[in-house]
Formats: sequence, structure tokens, C-alpha cells
Amino acid sequence: MTRSATKLALAALLSLTAQWAHAADLRIGLQDDPDVLDPDQSRTFTGRIVYASLCDKLVDISPELKIIPMLATSWTWSDDGKALTMKLREGVTFQDGTPFNADAVKYNIERSKTFELSKRKSEVKSIATVDVVDPYTVKFTLSAPDATLLAQLSDRAGMMISPTAAQKEGADFGLNPVCSGPFKFVQRVQQDKIVLEKYAGYYDADKIHFDKVTFLPIPDTTVRLANLRAGDLDMIERMAPTDLASAKADPKLATAAATSIGYQGITVNIANTDAAKNPIGQSKLVRQALSLSLDRDVINQVVFNGAFAPGNQPFPPTSPWYDKDFPIQPRDVAAAKALLKQAGFDKVDVEMQGANDPQTQQLMQVMQSMAAEAGINIKIVTKEFATMLKDQTAGAYQTTQVGWSGRVDPDGNLYGFVVTGAGLNDGHYSNPEVDKLMNTARVSTDEAVRKQSYDAAQKILLDELPIIYLYHPVWLWAYSKSLTGFVPYPDGMIRLQNVALAN
Amino acid sequence: MIEFLFRRIVIAIPTILLISIFVFGMQKILPGDPVLAMAGEERDPATLAFLREKYHLNDPVPQQYLYWIEGAVHGDLGISLRTREPVLTLIGQKLPVTIQLAAMALIVAFFIGVPAGVLSAYRKGTWIDWLSNVVALSGLSIPNFWLGIMLILLVSVRLGWLPASGYVSPWVDPVKSLETMLMPALVLGSGLAAALMRHTRSAMLGVLKSDYVRTARAKGLSERTVLVKHALRNALVPVVTVTTLIFGDLLGGAVLTEQIFTIPGFGKLVVDAVFTRDYAVVQGIVLCTGIAFIAMNLLADALYRILNPRMRMS
Repeated sequence: MTRSATKLALAALLSLTAQWAHAADLRIGLQDDPDVLDPDQSRTFTGRIVYASLCDKLVDISPELKIIPMLATSWTWSDDGKALTMKLREGVTFQDGTPFNADAVKYNIERSKTFELSKRKSEVKSIATVDVVDPYTVKFTLSAPDATLLAQLSDRAGMMISPTAAQKEGADFGLNPVCSGPFKFVQRVQQDKIVLEKYAGYYDADKIHFDKVTFLPIPDTTVRLANLRAGDLDMIERMAPTDLASAKADPKLATAAATSIGYQGITVNIANTDAAKNPIGQSKLVRQALSLSLDRDVINQVVFNGAFAPGNQPFPPTSPWYDKDFPIQPRDVAAAKALLKQAGFDKVDVEMQGANDPQTQQLMQVMQSMAAEAGINIKIVTKEFATMLKDQTAGAYQTTQVGWSGRVDPDGNLYGFVVTGAGLNDGHYSNPEVDKLMNTARVSTDEAVRKQSYDAAQKILLDELPIIYLYHPVWLWAYSKSLTGFVPYPDGMIRLQNVALAN
Repeated sequence: MIEFLFRRIVIAIPTILLISIFVFGMQKILPGDPVLAMAGEERDPATLAFLREKYHLNDPVPQQYLYWIEGAVHGDLGISLRTREPVLTLIGQKLPVTIQLAAMALIVAFFIGVPAGVLSAYRKGTWIDWLSNVVALSGLSIPNFWLGIMLILLVSVRLGWLPASGYVSPWVDPVKSLETMLMPALVLGSGLAAALMRHTRSAMLGVLKSDYVRTARAKGLSERTVLVKHALRNALVPVVTVTTLIFGDLLGGAVLTEQIFTIPGFGKLVVDAVFTRDYAVVQGIVLCTGIAFIAMNLLADALYRILNPRMRMS
């Protein structure tokens, strides 16, 4: 009798602890499977969501996109803007026990700069040398002033990996990553799951309320939401705008949104090979006419159920860098026709390439019918994404519907696309005045100077329109109502500090 | 039998080589630059050049093929450019998943399709025949992705009976594994059941008209014995062909079903690999699928001989 009672009590206790264990597990549905989990090698957006739990960075961003301390507690710039000195957090260890200090920072930055498979090279290019001042002070000496550096260090370039593990694993570090974040790597099955567990030695462990986090890539948005509704997931990211209404109607679910720092637009081939020799490539009036013929609000309503943010600049209207003197122009077909006439055309043909996904197709079709009313005949050319990108780089296109995932620093959304000869300037747009302004903004650490330069450049760019901006995606999350403390960030990441499951 | 098997395996070697050349060539024709796909938003020319050099993308195509086939013969299919995992490891991870799904779908298909085919042939022209045909036609016409999503919404979201998606290995938790695989197997199996039903029906119709069936009936055998022992056994020969071919097909990946139910099998792997230009993974999978297909054909031939003694003579 007593024995069976003991057994019963034991069983009850076991099931109770099992429930606790379950309550402290978090399951997050991702839109796609991340690539290699090495911050120096990886390139996918989804990978960065996993890193937010796995790898801490030198600095982080606030929801308002201000740079805030993380592994670096404070920093100062030299007067000439060519040296950045950082004070590091003490008492931090990597998940394999390796201490975090100035030597580790030096190793990491040098790996980003010199590791042959590094995809961070251009992000840390301005750093000439890294000096260890004392165990918790590090000094970056730059080859030229670089105002964007702190923002770069708030992302993958600033993620600190364990030097011990990196030296041991080399290029295969991503199969078994070791960082200093709140969760450590346990297991990955490609296209199935990534499992992390709480790192007991995390310096800010009080803010972490889960023992285990599992990321499950589920590409189909409907199925991802169905999993959440069935209780198989606790949270999903990048919910489809078309699912927003049904998620909001579900009494068990909560939703969150944040306007992204990226954009979508139309990149025009201005001077990249002979393919640019057509009305839209040669005449800014035709580009202005196309922009005026589009109703960005209607596009948002029709294609994205009104969930996204219409835009006309590389920064969303909510950004401090947005130039308020140039608001989104309302659609004006008559004015568009007049511009075409001024350019010497009654009608023009424009070839537009776009990726072969349903959303892009729909977007291009809506634009096609709007532009047609102004006499601009858009011919849609659908391509698989990698092919489209290749053709764009090679100059085998007239216009492309394409976007950019966005960078924290304004430079990252503009410089590479509009400066003469810059890496992402596939339209080969070139204007010495814009180049000058962009370079001024890039090297100044004075925000007022930078804003002035961007505004001045914006004035030229919005007249010449090498890129016609359309909208800014809005990150949409849906999660179980019992999840508390989630803060949406414009970078689309999921930061688990202070997030908990209430019972 | 052993001599037959040996001969067939020897013949298979040039076929596999041909497949490997074909796969490799097709990949090179694919538009899009794998290095650009790999580099993503990083366009540092030095990085791009290094990657091209590292993966021999500057060498002539025949030489690239030789690098690959040399590794493949030694059991090294290269590494995934996307995640740096060895292709062989990936295949080892995914193949059992796909085999499980394919086997379960085939069981579903076989146990629905064959009896339905036999019945509708036996009761040709009656309401049973008519009903089986309608069901079969619907099974063939309803798209997998639609049926899958409807099942998820009904069974998982509304009723909460089964998990909506995901995968659990049978070695870890057999019950959970069955639970996660049940809906995908049903979805995949329903279409195949229809195909099997049509094949069984037409084969049975032919056999039921033959002389030996009349003789069997004349001997006074029960209808059950005539149907199952005499007619069905002969009718199964074409059905077995179809089944093994379907199985080979399924190993290549039930792409849509895997995508909807988020099953980490071959199909999902190959689709992702094609989109990210992960050449080594695509090549490895297609080669494996080719070998599996040949193995399945061999199995079909062996099964004929067991089912039909006359074939053992030749």
C-alpha cells in the first residue's frame, strides 16, 4: 500500500517536472532553413534569427535603431574619427568556458577580415589594426573614418565566437558553433530543426526564461500558422500579410509588427551595357512618369492586405533618416502622361524582370495595369532569383523589381547602390555630386552632418530615380497569448531576453 | 537467379555512369551563378574569386566532372556549399526519412488500391465499379498540397488529433513517428492508390477472361480461391512493376508532400539545393536516386520470377 502510494507520488512528481520542462521549452517556426551557422560565413536572414539567441555581439540596437552596449559596455571615438576604443564587459565566458576579453575580440575581427571564406570582409574593411590595450579594452585603428562601423558591429561582424573552438574547427566551425550568447548549440538536422539549450554561464542569465529553444523551418506560411494554431509552435516569424486577419481573430494568439529597415523597389539599368539604351534607362522623365503612375497605397492594399508600409525612399517614413521634404507623391496619371510627352513619347515599352514567386508576380501585375493607364507598357519577365540577380549584375536587363534587406546604418541602404562603381550599383548610375555627398556622410561621426548630406543626395536621387522605391516590408510575428515580454524590432530578429511563457 | 542478378548489376554500372554525366552536365546548364548565390549580399570580388577557385569553378567542365566522380567513387560526394555538411551525411540523414514516408504511402496505396481494383474488375459495370472509379479519379485529381493543407486544418487545428507537421524518427519514439507520418502517408498514398487501382483493375479484367480461370471455376473452386490464388497472382505482375517504379519515384522525393508537412526528406533537400545552387548536394541526391531506381527495377525483375514461374525459364 505504502509502496504503491510512493510510486503514485513519484509518478505525479515526474509528470509535474515533465510539465515544467515542457513549459520552459520554446518552439519557433522559421520561414526557411538557415545556412551555415558561422557568423563569418553565413548570409541568410534566418540565420541571424538563430544567432540572436546563440551569439552576442559587441553592440546591439534598440527598437529605435540606436546603438546600445552588449559585450562592449562603452566606447569613444578619437577626434579625427580614425580610432574607436571599446571597453569590454568583464566576467563573460564563451559557451565552452573560454574567457571573453580583448584578445578574443582581436581574434574575431581578424578572422572576419582574413578568413578565406569570410563574407564579412567588406563590413570590417575600414579596420586597419586591432590593438589590445588591456584585457578589457580594445582599440580599432581605421584606415579612414567610418561612421558605419558601430552599426556593422551590431550585426554578424560584431558577433563574437570562441577563439578556441574556431581555431580547432576552422572552416567547419558552423557545424558546432560556440559563442557567448544566452543559448548554446545542441543539435541541427538540416531542414528539420536547430536545438539550443540555456547556457548556464550567461552573464545576463536572469533575463532568460527558457531551458531550450527549438527553431523549426516551415516554409509554407499557411502550414506555419496552422502549427501555431494547433499548439505545436509557440511563435512564428514572417507571417504572411494575408494571414494577419485570421491570426488576430484567433483568441489564443497575439500578433506583433515592426516596419523593416529594408525596402522593395524598381532598379533601373542606367548605363550597364547597351541594354540600358532604351527610354526608361536614358530619360529621368520616363522614370518619374512611371513613379507617378503608381499608387503605392493601392499596391499595399491589393498585394499585402494593407499590412506593409508604402515608401518612396531607401528609409521607411518612420526612420529618422527619412527626408520629410519629399513625402510619397499621390498617383497622378495626367502628370505622368505629361512627363512622357515632355520626354518625347506617347507610349513607352519597359521590360521588368522579377523573381518567380507569387507575391512578386502579383506586385508586378498591379504595377503593369497602373502604368498602362499612363502609357507605359510593362513587359513582365519572370526569372528564378539567382538567374535574375546574375542578369542584373551582368547588365542584361532594363528594370528589375528587387529589394534590399536593409542595414541599421543609413549608409548600408544607399552607398553601395548609387555611388559610382560601388559593389551593388547594378544600374551603373553615376553622379559625382551624389558620390561626394555619400562619402561625406560615410566618414562623419556627426549625425547632423550625415543627415544633411543624405538629404542633399536624396534630392538628386529622387529626381533622377536610378531606383524607384515602392514599399517597406513589415515584419509580422504571431505567437501564443501565454508568451509575454516579446518586443518587435525593425531588424526582424527575435530577442529572447525577458520573454517568458506564463501558465 | 544469382547469375541473373549478377548480370543485371554489371549492366547497371554504365547506366549509373551515364546518369552521373547527365546530372553533372544538366547542372552546368542551369542558369545563375553558384558563387553569387553563395555570397548573397556580400559582393567583395576577392571573396567571389576565392570561392570560384576553391570549388574548381574556373576549370573546364570535364575536369570538374573528374574531380567529382573521383571523390564519389571513394565515397566522398563533397560538402554542401550552404551548410558545409558532407553530402553523404545529409543523404544518410534524409534517406531513411524518405524511405519511411514512401513505404508508409505505398502500404496505404496497396491496401486501398489493390482490393478496390480487384473488386471493381470482379463487379464490372455495377455500382461498386462505378464508385471505385470515381474515388480513384478523385484521388488522382486532387492536388497533394490542397489535400494536405485541408487535412492539417481539419485534423490538427480543428480536432487537435495529430501534429500538424514535423518529423520524429521511429527509433526515438515509434508512436510519435507514426503520428507525424500518418497524414503525409495518407495524402501521398491516396494519389498512388488511385493509380494502383486502375492498373489492378485492367490487369484483373484481362486475367478473368482467360481460359485457366474458366477451368479453375469449372473444377468447382470457390470464387475466393479463383480470385485470390489464380487470377490476382497473375494480375499482380504489372502491378508490381508499377509499384516498384512508384517506389523509386518516391525515393526521389515526394517534394510537395514533404514541403507541406515539413518532413526533412530528400524532396525538401533537393529543392532547397537547386535554389541555392548547392551543386554537390543536387548531384549526390540525383545519383543516389538513380541508383535507387535501378535497384528498384532489379527488385521488380526478381519479384516477377517469384510470382510467375514461367519467367524463371528464360
